[in-house]
Amino acid sequence: MAPIISLQDVQFRWPGRTGFGLSVPQFELARGEAVLLLGASGSGKSTLLSLIGGTVLASQGTVRVAGEDIASLPGGRRDRFRAEQIGMIFQQFNLLPFGSVLDNITLPLRFAPERRKRAGDVQRAAAGLCAALALPEGLLTAKAATLSVGQQQRVAVARALIGTPPLLIADEPTSALDETAQGQFLDLMFQQIRAQRSGLLMVSHDPRMADRFDRVIEMADFLHVERPAA
Amino acid sequence: MILRLAFGSLLARALTVTMTVLAIALSVALFLGVEKVRTGAKASFADTISGTDLIVGARSGSVQLLLYSVFRIGNATNNVTWQSYLDISARPEVDWIVPISLGDSHRQFRVMGTTLGFFEHYKYRRDRGLEVAEGKLMADLFDTVIGADVAQALGYQIGDPIVVAHGIASFTEHKDQPFRVAGILEKTGTPVDRTVIVSLQAIEAIHVDWQSGAKIPGKTTPADKIRQMDLTPKAVTAALVGVTSPLKTFALQRKINTYPEEPLLAILPGVALQELWGIVGLAETALLAVSVMVVITALIGLMATLFASLNERRREMAIYRAMGASPRVILGLLVLEALMTTLLGALIGLAMLYLGLWIAQPLVDSAFGLYLPIEPPGLRELGVLAGVIAAGAIVSMLPALRAYRLSLADGMMVKT
Ligand SMILES: Nc1ncnc2c1ncn2[C@@H]1O[C@H](COP(=O)(O)OP(=O)(O)O)[C@@H](O)[C@H]1O
Ligand SMILES: [Mg+2]
Repeated sequence: MAPIISLQDVQFRWPGRTGFGLSVPQFELARGEAVLLLGASGSGKSTLLSLIGGTVLASQGTVRVAGEDIASLPGGRRDRFRAEQIGMIFQQFNLLPFGSVLDNITLPLRFAPERRKRAGDVQRAAAGLCAALALPEGLLTAKAATLSVGQQQRVAVARALIGTPPLLIADEPTSALDETAQGQFLDLMFQQIRAQRSGLLMVSHDPRMADRFDRVIEMADFLHVERPAA
Repeated sequence: MILRLAFGSLLARALTVTMTVLAIALSVALFLGVEKVRTGAKASFADTISGTDLIVGARSGSVQLLLYSVFRIGNATNNVTWQSYLDISARPEVDWIVPISLGDSHRQFRVMGTTLGFFEHYKYRRDRGLEVAEGKLMADLFDTVIGADVAQALGYQIGDPIVVAHGIASFTEHKDQPFRVAGILEKTGTPVDRTVIVSLQAIEAIHVDWQSGAKIPGKTTPADKIRQMDLTPKAVTAALVGVTSPLKTFALQRKINTYPEEPLLAILPGVALQELWGIVGLAETALLAVSVMVVITALIGLMATLFASLNERRREMAIYRAMGASPRVILGLLVLEALMTTLLGALIGLAMLYLGLWIAQPLVDSAFGLYLPIEPPGLRELGVLAGVIAAGAIVSMLPALRAYRLSLADGMMVKT
C-alpha cells in the first residue's frame, strides 16, 4: 500500500511580500504511523500542513495523500478528498462556537459521503467518541462556545476521528493546554488513533512528548526554508 | 445542518444582524407605504368626480377650470352668462346640466350655489352619490347643506345659523341674510366635504344690496321682501353636464368651445384630472424616488456589515475549508446569510406596513379623505419584496467573492 503521505521535490512560496517559501526534497509517512514534527515557531510547520491538506498547492513537485496526487484533482474534488481522508485539529478555536457539539463533530461528514457511510449511525458514533475521549455525557447538545478549552480540543479530536479517516493532522493541538491536560489529551488521542489505525502527523515546538510517537523529526532535517533577501 | 449552522452564525452576531434587518425592514415598509399612499392618492384623486361628461366654464386653462369648479382652488377669471347657460341646456345632446356659482365663503370654507340636481348627478368613486347624514336638502331660499368637514370643523348642528361672506377670505359679511343649516352630508373624501352648498337663488339674494363687491350704503332689504324678488342669476361660474350618449360628448364639447356669443371652455373631467395628476404626481414620484434611495441605502448597509463581518469570521471560514467545504460553499454561505437577512427584513417590513396601515387608515381617511385599503399583498408588493431579496443576494456577492478569495489565500490555518 502507498504511504499515506508522500512529498517529492516539493516547492512552495506564499504570494505577497512576506514571500516565505519552503522546499521538501522527500518526506513520507506510512499508514498508521504517528510522527511528531518539531520546529520553531515561524519555521513553516502550518504551511507544510496546508500543503498536505491541499488548501494550498505546491508550485513544483508532487504531494500525494493515500497515493493520490492532490494537485491533479480539480478544486471541488480536492476539497471533498480532504474531507474524506484527513481529520484536522488546530492549535485552538477549532470549533464553530455557535454550533452544537454534535454539529461540530459531524461537520466534515457533510462534505464526505464515504466517510459518513463508514461512521454508520452518526449520532451514536459521535456519542461513542465523546465517551472515549472522557467528555461528559449530554455534552453533544451543548453549544461549543460553552466548553472549556480542554473540552474543545477533545471535541476537535472526536471530529477528526469520526468516520475513521486514514490520516489525522494536528497543528500544535496541546499548546493551549496546561501540562496535566496535555498528558490526558495525548493519552486519549493516542488510544483512539491506535484503535482506528489512523496515521498521525502532529507538529509542535515542544519536544517533551516525543516518546509517544513512532518517529520524531526536525523540520530542519528534511526541509529548506527560503526567505527572500530582505 | 449547514442551514442550521448558518442561522447559528447569524444569531451569534445578533446585534449587528438585528440592526441590518431593522434597516431593511424600515426601508421596505417605507417604500411599500409610499407606494400605497401614492396609488391610494391617485385612485382617490381620479375618483373625485365621476359621472359628469363635461365641465363648462369661461375660457381659461382646463386645469384651472377643473381646479376651481371641482377642487374649489383658485378663482374663475370670468363667468358664464345665464343666457349661454340656457343655450347649452337647450342643446339636444344635453341629458342633464347642473350650474355652479362660486365666489363666496363661510369662514375658511367655500360657498357654492347650485340646484338640487347637484345632489342627484354629482358622483365620486365611480358611482357613489352624495348622501345626507343629518337633516335634509335645501327646501327654503336660506337653507344650506354643508359638507362633513364643515360640520366637524365648525361644530354645526342642524338649524344653526350661518353668515355668508362675500368674496373669499373677506371680512365683509352678508350679515343681513342669516342662512340656516338644513342638512349635513356624509363624508365623501372629496372637496364637497369642505363646501357650504346653497341654492343658486340664495347667491343672488346675498348680493341684492351689493354692487361691485361693496355694500350699497344704508340699504337693507328685509328677507321677506327678498323672497318676492326675481332671483334669476345673471351668470354662473361653471356647469356640470351629462350627455344623452357618450358618443355625443365630443360633438357637444366642440359646439361649446366654438360658441359664438361668448368664449367658453368645455373639458372632459377625466382628461383634466390626468393632466392635473401629471403635475401633482411629480411630487409623489419624487417621494417614491427617495424611498427607493432608502432601500438602496439599507442594502449598502447590508453589504457593509457583511464586509465588516468577514474579518471576524475568517476563522469560521477556515474551519469550513479545513472540514472539506469548497470555496463555493463559503460563497454560498454568505449569499445565504444575506438572503436570510433580507428575507427577514422584508417580512418584518411587510408586517410593519400592515401594522402602520391598521393604525393610520382611520386617521388618514378622516384627515385627508384618503382611503388606504388593507388588502393581502398584491403582485406589485410581492414583486417589490422579491426584488429587495434578490437585490440583497446580488449586493452580497461582493463580500462573498472576497470571502471566496480570502478562503483560497488563507489556506486553512488562520493566524490567531
Ligand atoms: N496565508 C498566508 N499568506 C502569506 N504568508 C503566510 C501565510 N501563512 C503563513 N505565511 C508565512 O509563512 C511563514 C511560516 O508560517 P507558518 O507556516 O504558520 O509557521 P509555523 O506554523 O511553523 O509557526 C510565516 O512567516 C508567514 O509569513
Ligand atoms: Mg503554526
